[in-house]
Amino acid sequence: MRIDLNGEPLVTAATTLALLLDEQGFDAACVATALDGAFVPRGQRAAAVLSDGARVEVLAPMQGG
Amino acid sequence: MFYGTSLSSRLMLGTAQYPSPAILRQAITASGAEVITVSLRREGRDGAAFRDILAGSGCRLLPNTAGCHSVREAVTTAEMARELFGTSWIKLEVIGHADTLQPDPFALVEAARILSADGFEVFPYTTEDLIVGEKLLEAGCRVLMPWGAPIGSGQGLRNIGGLRSMRAHFPDIPLVIDAGIGAPSQAMLAMEMGFDAVLLNTAVAKAADPVAMAAAFGQAVAAGQVAFNAGLMPSRDMAAASTPIFGLAELVP
Repeated sequence: MRIDLNGEPLVTAATTLALLLDEQGFDAACVATALDGAFVPRGQRAAAVLSDGARVEVLAPMQGG
Repeated sequence: MFYGTSLSSRLMLGTAQYPSPAILRQAITASGAEVITVSLRREGRDGAAFRDILAGSGCRLLPNTAGCHSVREAVTTAEMARELFGTSWIKLEVIGHADTLQPDPFALVEAARILSADGFEVFPYTTEDLIVGEKLLEAGCRVLMPWGAPIGSGQGLRNIGGLRSMRAHFPDIPLVIDAGIGAPSQAMLAMEMGFDAVLLNTAVAKAADPVAMAAAFGQAVAAGQVAFNAGLMPSRDMAAASTPIFGLAELVP
């Protein structure tokens, strides 16, 4: 299916957020996730089902003021 | 006390815009800061090095919601930050205008209410407006962070009278001057006025020598705090001799 990952279009075979992180090589313990603008806690990623057109954000610590 | 945490250094330091990760690390150490601000962004390539700096700093982390323009964005960012950084502290920024970076007080109060109810300890980036401050306290905030001047402007305390009123109006609430500080003297003035801490970033990160400037800010904030506690003398319109008149010799020939 086609989704948006961090603003970039992506064709993925992953059906859940957890599988997507795995597929894309993210270190799952070092990122925070949101699906369609809503926070998805670490423990709920495996149950977060992706659908066509889903917007996924994977965020990491960054410098900030 | 900042949500039950006492801090000996009252300088809070931002981590953005440094020339290199090594200089950031040295600047944090030189500043003596015990709180550093961090953010969340889409995963870049050098994320691991930054995580090492955070872990090695020994500092308490204050994640921000910088760049958020709506309640929804700010709340979601705060939720993600709490999980990622393992802290319920959040520097809540809801920006009303992309050019001025002025806080949107209406959205700020609403987001503060949602986050406070969800167990966050909110540090709201606000203006010196007293009523907005009261609404933020009603929403559950126990710290307020009025701006000194617009973010990154280096103008110092642009409305000293308004900030003095705010200090007087909220005598028991920790008040942190956040944003707009350009020079150590400005940070020291804020502390001499009785503010509880100063949060800054650009003034250190963009100095010609950020490490030395970090040390200068650390010393200025500490000196201002000691000066406030020592009690400043009242200013006078006229001179008052400090050397006693008594015992003065008569030397007129």
